[in-house]
Amino acid sequence: MTAIGSEKRSRPLAWSVRLRPLAFIGVLLVLWQVAIHRAPGHLLPSPWGVVGGLVDLTSHGLLVKYVVASLFRVTWGFTLAAILAIPLGLTIGWYRRAEMAFNPLIQFLRPISPLAWIPIAILWFGVGDLSAIFLIFLSCFFPLLLTAINAVRNIPAVYINAGRNFGLSPGALVYRVLYPAVVPQLIVGLRITLGIAWLVVVAAEMIAVNSGLGFLIVDARNAGNRYDLVVAGMILIGLIGLLLDIGMRSLEKVKSFRWSYSEE
Amino acid sequence: MESTVAIATTPAIETKLRAEHIYMSFTRDGESMPVLEDINLEVGNGEFLCLLGPSGCGKSTLLSIIAGFLSPTSGEVKIDGEIVRGPDPRRIFVFQERGVFPWLTVEGNIGFGLFKLTRAERDRRIAHYIKMVGLEGFEKSYPSELSGGMKQRLEVARALAVNPDVLFLDEPFGALDSITRLIMRGELLRIWEAERKTIIFVTHDIDEAVQLADRVAVMSARPGRIQQIVNIDIPHPRDINSPRYLELRTGIFNQIGLAHHL
Repeated sequence: MTAIGSEKRSRPLAWSVRLRPLAFIGVLLVLWQVAIHRAPGHLLPSPWGVVGGLVDLTSHGLLVKYVVASLFRVTWGFTLAAILAIPLGLTIGWYRRAEMAFNPLIQFLRPISPLAWIPIAILWFGVGDLSAIFLIFLSCFFPLLLTAINAVRNIPAVYINAGRNFGLSPGALVYRVLYPAVVPQLIVGLRITLGIAWLVVVAAEMIAVNSGLGFLIVDARNAGNRYDLVVAGMILIGLIGLLLDIGMRSLEKVKSFRWSYSEE
Repeated sequence: MESTVAIATTPAIETKLRAEHIYMSFTRDGESMPVLEDINLEVGNGEFLCLLGPSGCGKSTLLSIIAGFLSPTSGEVKIDGEIVRGPDPRRIFVFQERGVFPWLTVEGNIGFGLFKLTRAERDRRIAHYIKMVGLEGFEKSYPSELSGGMKQRLEVARALAVNPDVLFLDEPFGALDSITRLIMRGELLRIWEAERKTIIFVTHDIDEAVQLADRVAVMSARPGRIQQIVNIDIPHPRDINSPRYLELRTGIFNQIGLAHHL
């Protein structure tokens, strides 16, 4: 890598190139509409019908309410998991013996789908927000814990040795070497985990609560086969998931975090 | 052990560092492997000593022990009469792999060890050492934006900024291309002449050792021992075509047992 290298990773594209994916989606929507028009049936609502569903939801004040409800649960579950799993994981990763002690338990609990915990969640927290938050917490906790453990173990020894050489106290070593060294890996882990949380909230809402986008989908089917609302819910879930991911990606662009991505 | 050109001597100047009967062995697969055997070494204040030896002879291990990162199996290292028990900001290690912090800018790296100073004093020192190693204009750059030689100069600047008495350099120029390496040797000598730190420099490059050092400690293959200490009695700047230079270089070639013809 030369003195000038490393920037210019994403050169702004011409408008026509940028619009191509959107145009492609537009074409698909038109084909969808045409296909439904030619062979009306009950396989899918038409795109226009879905728009009607979205308008319906908005006029009843449900759209914002359900989106907020889902985001509220994800935020709490995800944040709690991050607050607990990251410090715990960093500590376990730092002390080899702690890792040896915890590893079998973590490896055993990790493959259990968070959805398998639904009955226990309801038993402990009843039907409501707490159950859903607990499920999201579980789904985020283990991936974040493992990310943090691996992040510490992957810190090159030179950084730690250099930090010790300059006479840092243990606290300063954590703050000035350990933490910045693990941040890029943690951001990747947080991004992936937020995606998982968004998957799980929909499933949790289908069973454990009576609001949110997951509830909307199940409820729309149960209460009169409103498939326009089902698809509207699906589209909202996709859009919000995309926005969350874009938000997390923007963290990766912060310059002092970016080193691990730009290194050859 | 015979020697043709040089005699082991102790420095006339005051002793800065003394390694006494250092033994080191690592355990691998339940077997104990000796790495260093009875190392005795004395380094004078302000002296430039090269530890020279083939790859795997334990010279980097010896440097890590002297710097306090590793404890020897037996024996001890004393600096200023004190036994070394760990790393210390008075003695800075410049690492073989690039040890600069990739999350800090050039300024941030040089200022890393200056946390006890006032802000003004810290800024003054950062500016001074940026100038000394020729990184002006790159103050806000991150290491990923620098070339290999610039990163290595940055690491030397970070080490010098805390004003240590001793610098340990572990094959610092090994990863650089040969032209940059030559330039860096000149820079290091210039800095050493300006600041007169005690320097212990590990290398496997005979020319590098003879160009830089006051004395060269030649180590044998594993388990590492100090085979011979060669005085390089040529004043700086050294003419690398002078008969004396070639004579000393040949002597070390012979000592290591290398032929002169490829």
